[in-house]
Amino acid sequence: MKEIKVGLEIHQRLRTHKLFCNCPSTLMEMEPDCWIMRMMGVSRSELGSIDPAARFELLRQRKFLYGIYFDGTCEVELDESPPLEMNKEAVEIAIKIAKMLNMDVVDEIHTMRKIVVDGSNTTGFQRTALIAIGDEKSMIRTDQGDVRIATLCLEEESAFIAETGPDFVKYRLDRLGIPLVEIATYPDIKSPEQAKEVALKIGRILRATGKVMRGIGTIRQDINVSIEGGARQEIKGVQEPDLIPIVISREVDRQLNLLKIRDEILERGITEEDIGGFFDLTDVLKRAEKGFVRKAIDSGGSAFAIYARKMKGLIGREIQPGRRLGTELASYAKVFAGVKGIIHSDELPNYGISSDLVAEIRKRLEIGEEDGFILVISDRRTAEIALKSVADRLRYAIKGVPEETRRALEDGNTEFMRPMPGSARMYPETDVLPVLSYPFLKALEGWKPEFPEDIIGRLVSYGISRDQAEEIFDEEKVELFERTSSLCKNLSRGFIASTLTSMMKYLRREGVKVELIPEDKLIETLLMVDQGALAKEAVENVIRDLAEDPNADVKEIARRYSMSQEELEKLIDDVISLHKDELMRAGEKAFSMLMGEVMKKVRGKVDGRIVSSKLRERIKKEISQKSL
Amino acid sequence: MPLSYAGKAYALLERYNVEDYDLVKIITEKGEIVGRIMPRPSIFDDEHVIIKLPNGYNIGVNIGKISEIKVLEKAYQREEAIPEVEFRENLPYIPFIVTGGTISSRVDYRTGAVRAYEKPEELLDLIPELADIANIKYKPIFAEFSENLTPSHWKKMAERASEELNSGARGVVIAHGTDTMHYSAAALSFMLMNLRKPVVFVGSQRSIDRPSTDAVLNLIAAVKVAAQSDIGEVVITMHGSPSDEFAWVLRGVKARKMHTSRRDAFIPVNSPPIAKVTREKIEIMSKYRKADESSRVEFDGRIDERVFLLYTWPGMSPDIIESIRSLGYRGLVIAGTGLGHTPSRIIPSIERLVRDGVPVVMTSQTIFGRVNLRVYETGRLLLKAGVIPGEDMLPEVALVKLMFVLGHCNEMECIREMMLRNIAGEISSSISMRDFPPCWVMR
Repeated sequence: MKEIKVGLEIHQRLRTHKLFCNCPSTLMEMEPDCWIMRMMGVSRSELGSIDPAARFELLRQRKFLYGIYFDGTCEVELDESPPLEMNKEAVEIAIKIAKMLNMDVVDEIHTMRKIVVDGSNTTGFQRTALIAIGDEKSMIRTDQGDVRIATLCLEEESAFIAETGPDFVKYRLDRLGIPLVEIATYPDIKSPEQAKEVALKIGRILRATGKVMRGIGTIRQDINVSIEGGARQEIKGVQEPDLIPIVISREVDRQLNLLKIRDEILERGITEEDIGGFFDLTDVLKRAEKGFVRKAIDSGGSAFAIYARKMKGLIGREIQPGRRLGTELASYAKVFAGVKGIIHSDELPNYGISSDLVAEIRKRLEIGEEDGFILVISDRRTAEIALKSVADRLRYAIKGVPEETRRALEDGNTEFMRPMPGSARMYPETDVLPVLSYPFLKALEGWKPEFPEDIIGRLVSYGISRDQAEEIFDEEKVELFERTSSLCKNLSRGFIASTLTSMMKYLRREGVKVELIPEDKLIETLLMVDQGALAKEAVENVIRDLAEDPNADVKEIARRYSMSQEELEKLIDDVISLHKDELMRAGEKAFSMLMGEVMKKVRGKVDGRIVSSKLRERIKKEISQKSL
Repeated sequence: MPLSYAGKAYALLERYNVEDYDLVKIITEKGEIVGRIMPRPSIFDDEHVIIKLPNGYNIGVNIGKISEIKVLEKAYQREEAIPEVEFRENLPYIPFIVTGGTISSRVDYRTGAVRAYEKPEELLDLIPELADIANIKYKPIFAEFSENLTPSHWKKMAERASEELNSGARGVVIAHGTDTMHYSAAALSFMLMNLRKPVVFVGSQRSIDRPSTDAVLNLIAAVKVAAQSDIGEVVITMHGSPSDEFAWVLRGVKARKMHTSRRDAFIPVNSPPIAKVTREKIEIMSKYRKADESSRVEFDGRIDERVFLLYTWPGMSPDIIESIRSLGYRGLVIAGTGLGHTPSRIIPSIERLVRDGVPVVMTSQTIFGRVNLRVYETGRLLLKAGVIPGEDMLPEVALVKLMFVLGHCNEMECIREMMLRNIAGEISSSISMRDFPPCWVMR
C-alpha cells in the first residue's frame, strides 16, 4: 500500500444553549413555522475555486429557504440581529477540553467569520474562534505512534438541509448556532485503523467532560487524506467511528484507480482538446423509447452533449464499489448545475436509448466507436454549466486526482461535494468582542479533570464489572446510571447496569426503538422494581411498551405486567386445588413442582421471591389444615 | 503601513519596528508564534497583540508573555485590478452619492480592515445586475456613520443632489447609514423644492462584505427606481420583508426605522408604500408625485438648527421646558403621549414658551395615528397654550420641518401656517385602515 497521511477533525456538539444567542440547542420535531427566502451576495473576485465562473453563476441564481420556528429560533439565527455575546459556558467547556488535551489556551479569543456560501449559514459565514493550540505535550497515544493535536476551535453548527432542488436549497434553522468544538490533529496518522483509534480516544475524552451532546449526529469526523502520488482530500461528516477505516481505505482505492485511469489516458494519448464541444441533440433523443429520457424531453427538456475522444470504457470504469468515473462526473454536474445526473456513453444503450440512437449521436458529434460522450437533459443554460463542469473534471483526469472536499456516504464511499477551498477566507467577526481567557483559566485553577479512566474507575466502585462500567461510559449513560443508583435503595447496581446496557442493546438489535424512551421513564421503571411494585422479570416488557409509546404513563404500563396480592393468592389457590392430590402425597416436597406451575401462570408479573414465599406459606397452611 | 496600536502594546511593537500587517515571529515563554500583525481597534485594551495565524485565525497574545518579536516580512500594499465598466449609451446616468454607513464600505479579506468603496466597479463586482440598469458614477461627498450627521450634512446632500439632477441625471441614489436615514430623507424632501425626479435613499442593515448582505437587493431596487420609475419624490428603498424578495419604496417623510437590526426595519407610517420593487419589476401601490424629466429642482438650504425634540414621560417636571428656553432653542417638538398629551403640570411652562415666541409642535410617541388635541381636557389646554398640532407627522419629521420652517420665517403665524401646510407629503389628508402594522396581514 502507498504511504498515506491522515489528519482528523472531530466536531462535537456541546450541551449548552446556542453559541451566539440564547436559543436552546434543541432539534425540532415539527415543520418550521415559516420559510424565509435569501440569496447570497458573492463577488467574483472572492470566489477561489476550480471554476469560479460556473460557481458564481450558480450561486447567484440559487435561492436559499430558511425554515424558522417562532418558538425555538430567534432573530440571530436568521441573521436579522447581530450575534449576542459568546456563550460563556461553551467557552468554559472548550477550555476544559483544551486542558484535558494538554493544549495551550490563547490569551485573547477572537471570533472569526469563515466564508461559506453554500447557504448552510444564514450569514454566509461560519463564526469560529481558535481557543487553544497544541504543543509537544498535546498528544493522543496509540499503538502505532503518537498523534499530535493541532488546534481546538469553538464554532457554530450549520443549518440542517431539509430539501435540495435544482435552483433552491431548504435549510431548517433549529440546528444553526449550536456550539461545536472542533479538534484537529496533525496529519500524523498512518493507517486507517489508527485513525479510528484516535477518533475513539478523543471522543472518550470529550464524553468525560459530561458536557457534550449525545446521540446520532452530535459527533462527526472530517478526515483529511493524502496519498503519495494522489491528492489531498477533505472528507466531511463521518458519523460512525467504525466507518473511518473503511472511508480511508476506499479513498485510497479511489485515488489508485484514478491514477490507473490517468496512466491509461496517457497511454491512449488523450489530450485536453479531445474533450469538448457542445451539441444540441434534442431532435435525436426525441426518438428515444419509453423511459426517463423520453419523459424528460416530452415534458419540455432538451438534450445536450459533449464528446470525450478515445475515452470509451474509461468513463464507466469502477473507482469505488458501485461508483464509476462517470459517477464523479455526475456529481460535478449536480453540484455546479443542480441537474439530477448525466448519461455517459459507457452505460448505453440503456434508458430507452437504443444502439441505433447511440450510433446517431456519435455521428452528430463526429466521433467514432472508440470515443465517448456525456449527455445532459435540461434547459440550455443549465446544460452549459453542467457540461462545462463535467468537461473540466474529465480534463483533470489527464493530470490525475483533483483536490476536493468530499462527503462521506453511509456505505463508506465518498462523493464530490465542492472543490477544495483555497486557504479559508477568514476575517474578524466585528460584531463580537474578543474574550479574555484569563478569567476562565483563573476559575479553573485547582480543577482536576476527570478522564475516561477516572470515571470508569468510579463506576466500578459501585460494585459493577469493569465491562459494564466501560459500556456505561461508552454509551454515555454515566449520569443516568449514577442518578438511578442514588435513587434505588434496594436494587442491585448490577441489575441497573445490565438493564441500561445489555438489555437496551439486545432490544435495539431486535428493532425496538429504545432510544425514544425518555430517561425519566427508565428511572421510574427501575424505581418501581426497587420498591417492589414491579417484578424484575417484567422490566423488559415495560421497556418494549415504552418504546412503542414513549409518552405513556409508566404505572399504567406496569399494571399490564404486574399482579395484585389478591390475584396472586387466588392463582396460588387455584394451582393448589388443582394439584391437591400431589400435595397430599408429597407434602412440602411438592413445592418445586407447584412453584413451576404458579410461575408459568404469573409470567413475570411478580418477583419470583415473593411468589415462592407466598407459596410456601400457603403449602404450610394447607398441610397443617390437613393434619388437623 | 502605520501601526494602529496604543499604549503598552504600541511601545512594544515600536521597539521591534513592527507595523500593521507585517509578518512576524513572536517569541514567548511557551514557544514561537508566526503570523501577521493585525490592526487593533482603539477601544480594545493595550495589553494584547493580534496575530493572524497561517490557518486564518486571529488570536490575541498578551504582551507580558512576549520576549522578542522578529519581523519576517514587511507588509506591502496590493493593488487589485478591477476591470473598468464601459458607459452604455442606452442606459440612463445615475449618480451614486455616497455619504458613508454600512452600505458604502467593505472588509478587505486579506487584512480584515474595513474600507470604503472607491469605484463603482467594486460595487458592480458584487452586483453585476446594476450594470444593466444604469450608468453609475460614484460621488462620494463624505464618509460618516449616520448618527454623526448634522443639518449641514443634509444641506450638502441636497445641494449635491440638485446639482446632479439639474445637470442631466435622471435620478440620484444616495447611499446612507440607516440610523438617521429618515431624518435625512425628510430634510431633502423639504430642501429640494419643486422636485420632479427620483431621489432614492438606500442603505443596508447587514454589511456589504457579508454574503448575506441585504445591500444587493436594496441597491438593485434603488437604482431601478432612480433609473426607471416616474416617481418625482425623495424616497427610501429598503427591504420589505426578511426575505430577499422585494423592497418597499417609502415616502421620505413617511418612513421610520422601526427595528434595531432587521432587514425590513423601515416601515411606512400613516401612509402606504409608494411601490414594491423586485429584481424584475416596480409595482406601484399608491399615489405619488409624477416625475418630469425637463423639470429643474431648486435647492433651498435655509434652515435653523435650534430645535429641540422632547419625549415626555409620566411625572416629568416643568423645569426641563424652562431650560430649553434658557438654552436658546428657537423651537420645540414634543413627542407626547396618546393623542398628543403631556402631563398637565408642564402646560403652564409650555404656554410661557409659546408666549415668548418659541413655537411648540405636538406629535405622538405612538408613532402611528394623528394627534388630536380637541378630545380631552389636556389637549384642549395645550391648544389654548398655543401648541401647534403636528397632525400625523412623525416626531423626527416635525423636528426637521420645524428647523426648515424656522429658516424661512420668524413670525409665529407664518410658522404655524407652514407647519400645518403639507409641503412634501408629510401630512396625510386621511389615514387608511390598512396603514397600521397589525392590518398589514390583510394585504
